[in-house]
Amino acid sequence: MNDQLDYLSGRVTAGKMTRREFMGKAAALGVSAAVASTMFAKAAKAADPVKGGTFRQGIQGGESTNTQDPALYASDVPIAGGFHWGETLVEVDNKGQLNGLVAESWEGSDDAKTWRFKIRQGIEFSNGKSVTAEDVKRTIERHTNEDSKSGALGIVQGIESMKVDGDVIELSLESGNADMPYLIADYHLIIQPDGGFDNPNAAIGTGAYVLESDEPGVRMQFVRNPNYWALDKYAHYDESEILVLNDATARTAALQSGQVDAISRVEPKIAQLLARAPNVTVNNVSGRGHYVFIAHVDTAPFDSNELRLALKYAINREEMVDKILRGYGGLGNDIPVNAAYPLFDDTIPQRAHDLEKAKEHYAKSGHDGSPIILRTADGAFPGAVDAAALFQQSAQAAGIPLEIKREPNDGYWSEVWNVQPFCASYWSGRPVQDQMYTTAYLSTADWNDTRWKRPEFDELMISARAETDEAKRKEIYSKMGRMLNEEGGLICPMFNDFIDAVSTSVQGYEGDPNGELMYWKAPKKTWKTA
Amino acid sequence: MHPVVKLVAQRLVLSTLLLLAASVLIFAGTTILPGDVAQSILGQSATPESLANLREELGMNDPAVTRYFNWLFAALQGDLGTALTNGRDIAESVGQRLSNTLFLAFWAAIISVPLAILLGLVAVRYKDRWPDKLISAVTLASISIPEFLIGYLLMFFLAVQLGWFPSIAMINDDMGLLQKLQSIALPVMVLTLVVLAHMMRMTRAAILNVMQSAYVETAELKGLSGFQVIYRHAFPNAIAPIVNVVMINLAYLVVGVVVIEVVFVYPGMGQYLVDHVSKRDVPVVQACGLIFAAVYIFLNMIADIVSILANPRLRHPK
Repeated sequence: MNDQLDYLSGRVTAGKMTRREFMGKAAALGVSAAVASTMFAKAAKAADPVKGGTFRQGIQGGESTNTQDPALYASDVPIAGGFHWGETLVEVDNKGQLNGLVAESWEGSDDAKTWRFKIRQGIEFSNGKSVTAEDVKRTIERHTNEDSKSGALGIVQGIESMKVDGDVIELSLESGNADMPYLIADYHLIIQPDGGFDNPNAAIGTGAYVLESDEPGVRMQFVRNPNYWALDKYAHYDESEILVLNDATARTAALQSGQVDAISRVEPKIAQLLARAPNVTVNNVSGRGHYVFIAHVDTAPFDSNELRLALKYAINREEMVDKILRGYGGLGNDIPVNAAYPLFDDTIPQRAHDLEKAKEHYAKSGHDGSPIILRTADGAFPGAVDAAALFQQSAQAAGIPLEIKREPNDGYWSEVWNVQPFCASYWSGRPVQDQMYTTAYLSTADWNDTRWKRPEFDELMISARAETDEAKRKEIYSKMGRMLNEEGGLICPMFNDFIDAVSTSVQGYEGDPNGELMYWKAPKKTWKTA
Repeated sequence: MHPVVKLVAQRLVLSTLLLLAASVLIFAGTTILPGDVAQSILGQSATPESLANLREELGMNDPAVTRYFNWLFAALQGDLGTALTNGRDIAESVGQRLSNTLFLAFWAAIISVPLAILLGLVAVRYKDRWPDKLISAVTLASISIPEFLIGYLLMFFLAVQLGWFPSIAMINDDMGLLQKLQSIALPVMVLTLVVLAHMMRMTRAAILNVMQSAYVETAELKGLSGFQVIYRHAFPNAIAPIVNVVMINLAYLVVGVVVIEVVFVYPGMGQYLVDHVSKRDVPVVQACGLIFAAVYIFLNMIADIVSILANPRLRHPK
């Protein structure tokens, strides 16, 4: 009986059971109401954050070439580090809602062309300087700058002018964009004193922690920021550490032996095994990342929509989710967005694996039967080579002569992706549909990796941006989704889950579709039981 | 001039020339690497504008010969330049990584070299009896298993199951010597297992070779014990081939342990080099290449010199 009570108490502590449920189940075990009530209070109290301790994360994706300059962030470790010491104006939380960070409140004009962000009162950078609207302006300037190397250049390019008005920064856009606050939450746009112009690597921001030591590609150490503006709610650990663990086995061993409290990138094939280990919880969260095969719609033979449809019907999505993702993922529908996005229309019919239809469309395409080359590499996405082999087999069953050409990982992103007409790739997703479409499906986008250039699609996209009526926006996005589903060059078999694992001593964990380990905010939002 | 001095001087000059030749090869090799530094730094998030900006900033437009001599003279003065990717001073970052690599190599060598030679001597003493066969079987088995697998096995049993040693061997300056040693215990064990067989077998073979000689028979007839014969008469004459193999293995411990570094997350030179190769950070690759070449050439030179000094015919010319 004690074990069962302990288990129930644990559920309460983890926030997974209400008082009513607990009392009912305790009574069933023969515990009197008074005793059960005290037990519930005790268990629920344990759910209150505890301050103190050190939090260690073992994260994949760090190199000795990394810097602390947010403009150059491209892999997980630097981003996780940036979210320790810095904050963006706003953040998108795990339910898709916007929370103010450096900005206290914000409002857009009716045409969504002018956006005003009010800076939070009385907050300071970790060097003791007060945060002003001018700092925000300078930060955005640094990313927009003509000689900027920033990964956020595409986002901030649309800003025509900026104006500081007391503690308010006003952004005027070239054309209306109702998603502006979502875009400004991009991880590159961490607010730095004077925009980081004097030293972009200084790692000075308004974050919950302060960088103490940094060995690129090895580890970063942080201590709690004593002046953090939300100390009452967040930043429970005295210290936080990131260890760069690029090897999957090293990560799981480190978690199992207690050297780290949390790890990223648990491989699907070992997730279930790891979950059996004591003191470890494996979490999977469906996200916006997707694994894709992309065809250039302007290059023969992929310029024939019949052939594209044949390939789309030939691919066996369920098998891929099963075998490549081991069930840790969802079906793709040849659209780069899914239900994890706000305003997604889930009534768009799911395309099924249908060899008859594939044969039919292939016959209609009039393809001469010469091999269709699909390029892939281990680095295209985890399991990309196997996925290509599965695709080849199901395509051959429909009589489509798909041939795999394996490319080296080295140089895949410069020589194959966005260069060759048909290859495997991945997208990590964006917070809103507009950003995903703008990045890769606008006629003028640099990363239009399917060469999808349709003026009517562009027009829909632009009109959706300025549309402030959500129902109407949803309708526009639905139309765009259906267009891509029917005619696009994107063959998207699956959306991959994020799988991470934390020690059972870590409390307050909540999955976040934006990224792994609570989108790198676990050090800020979780705590440890003693 | 004494012929030994002359021979040693010859070795020194040859090694320097070899290093110079290696530097040319390293420079040429890194120059013809496919791909583009700017593209690699920015990765998938590169836009044409940011690419052009970065390329210009890195100054990648000078002719190769000019760049070689600039680089060589700077390197001779100890200035290895700054990393293209993160703007850090290379000499400083490499220094830290190199000292970690040497630390690991040093402890692996301290354990494996005497152990290998001792096991070799024991194997000779009990030639073709069970100790010899056992030693050969165990060391040959351990060299035949891929090193990452040995690493994972030790990690699983000694770190995860028993919890004796940490599974990740991350060391830093805040740690005391004992803490550091505990941290690197597992990689040292793996490296020892990997290099043991080669040195042990060579010791065994070299000494057995000498054991056929007439003077060893004389020593035995004088009534010396088995170990004394080996230790006093056979070993000194077998030292040259043993030193050669030991040096090759030492060089391997310094320049060839990237797999072990990855498995145990050890912050050494190998991982550092690989990171920078994949980002096309040419100055760092060149610096690491030069250091690795220097280590290799230096250790081989030492082996040569020791062989010369160990050879009585060269030490006492007629």
